[in-house]
Amino acid sequence: MSATTPNGIPKDGSFRAWLNKRMPVDEFVKEQLTGYLAPKNFNIWYYFGSLALLTFVLQIITGIFLTMHYKPSDVAAFDSVEYIMREVEWGWLIRYMHSTGASFFFLVVYLHMFRAMLYGSYKAPRELLWLLGMFLYLALMAEAFMGYVLPWGNMSYWGAQVIVNLFGTIPVVGPGLVEWIRGDYGIADSTLNRFFALHVVALPFAIALLIMLHLVALRQTGSNNPDGIEIKKNKDADGKPLDGIPFHPYYTVKDVVGVGVFLTLFCAVVFFAPTFGGLFLEKPNFEPANPLSTPDHIAPVWYFTAYYAILRAVPSQQLGALLMFAAVLIFLFLPWLDRSKVNSIRYKGILSKIALTVFAITFIVLSYLGLQPADGLYVLLARIFTVLYFAYFLLMPWYTSIEKTSSPPTRVSYDG
Amino acid sequence: MSQSEVQPQQEVDVNRRKFLTAATTATGAVGVAFAALPFIASWRPSERARALGEPTEIDVSKLEEGQMVIASWRRQPIYIVRRSQSAVAALPQVDSQLKDPASSESTQPDYARNEQRSIKPEILVVIATCTHLGCLPKQHFVPGDAALGADWPGGFFCPCHGSKFDLAGRVFAGSPASLNLAIPPHRFVDDQTLVVGVDA
Repeated sequence: MSATTPNGIPKDGSFRAWLNKRMPVDEFVKEQLTGYLAPKNFNIWYYFGSLALLTFVLQIITGIFLTMHYKPSDVAAFDSVEYIMREVEWGWLIRYMHSTGASFFFLVVYLHMFRAMLYGSYKAPRELLWLLGMFLYLALMAEAFMGYVLPWGNMSYWGAQVIVNLFGTIPVVGPGLVEWIRGDYGIADSTLNRFFALHVVALPFAIALLIMLHLVALRQTGSNNPDGIEIKKNKDADGKPLDGIPFHPYYTVKDVVGVGVFLTLFCAVVFFAPTFGGLFLEKPNFEPANPLSTPDHIAPVWYFTAYYAILRAVPSQQLGALLMFAAVLIFLFLPWLDRSKVNSIRYKGILSKIALTVFAITFIVLSYLGLQPADGLYVLLARIFTVLYFAYFLLMPWYTSIEKTSSPPTRVSYDG
Repeated sequence: MSQSEVQPQQEVDVNRRKFLTAATTATGAVGVAFAALPFIASWRPSERARALGEPTEIDVSKLEEGQMVIASWRRQPIYIVRRSQSAVAALPQVDSQLKDPASSESTQPDYARNEQRSIKPEILVVIATCTHLGCLPKQHFVPGDAALGADWPGGFFCPCHGSKFDLAGRVFAGSPASLNLAIPPHRFVDDQTLVVGVDA
């Protein structure tokens, strides 16, 4: 027996009618899912938004269970992680899911960001959507960094040392600021304890709030699509976009396929290569933190190494730190750097196509260089690719305005 | 009918309302700012952390020439090196390759602002955190060290980002670090006992 009449209104006396009189459940589902019309030409790049949400949920669930056994103190942290790995039933699985989840979160977020760059999803009217996404990325970086400190291995300790000291390069307030962040004269118990609080309480709240705002902004502007044209420009007699299809069931079903592929790869790493050859969990972090011994080679986890390569490429401490922060923050200005008449790379000119390709390669090469020792050829290459990295952004107003673009179709297409 | 039920229509003073709203908001904001102070201050080093940051004593009598001991003060590693006389004498030779040979930009107490950057010429006391990003420079005291090339005069090398320092903790040009290794406040109580954390 259905609780609704044929036109979808709950029958009087049914539970749904009772519920909806007190809370707008049906209205919410309609607004957010069944009534939210997304362009019908989404391709493979459009999996990564929902996958990012999935990884967030995975991290929250596995994280909650890790905090039940983890102890945030300089004497107990390392041992409690080993305890989780060896003695807590299935503890190894929960911890590997969490550590692998961090890497997959970044992988998915980088692909999600690249999608936006491919199809100009940051352009008007989606600037705020892009900015909220960037704030999410920044919060995620802070979350990942602080999470990395918690196992209190030697790489945790020295990673914290290097990153916290970056704030010491700020003129005048730097040294005081660093002492304030650490709560001691070096990275210490107080630092670990506050990073724990931020990692498990403050930042997850902030990320959840930002995700909500990101989705609210998306519902307002509507999704972009591979053609980069507005589906709201072609509406039927009822005022519905001709090229829009309801997010649920069409895209929820599509995303389930993505989830299946994602979980297959995720499980393969969790079960067969949780350290991923030292890329997801670094070898020196299997030794307890030792303030009197730096690991021979300090490198952050792979998702930060592009920025780390930029930091090391500059032979001046202040300028290096400045360039590194600039490399992250310059993404914020993308909506205003792109002067192209069209959104999607499909209809942009050859210069934009070359620039984006070179940028993608640059990001990967820098990520590789950040994992290598800082000498000789590696430093030279890091300098060259740092220039290319910034050239993509700084030359964008020029190459997007002079190049010849082709005209996008008026209705969305499936093949590009 | 009582008179209080129907009041004569009064003109609303919008400016007065705006002023009161703004004044309430501003007062509230000041209150929030003050209320935030204890929370911000709670992040500063606690009384315990400050007490643990007291000066530390090191016995240097057993330190042989060319040897180094690592002490800890305020959770910072402190290197204490006994340099040979010839090594001290050779320090001025690398001046031209240094970023800050006279230590004019670098951090050290006035009594260590000299060519050898120490109170006693042979005993170097430095905070062993790289002035770049705080890694621990490693000792490479032998001139011409295999890893650093034939013209290496002996000193410290930071494995993190490749900064090089001479035997007085002075940074070589071409390093990512811009400043010499910092010298902590220190003094000798007698010939054998060094105290790190108090000025001479």
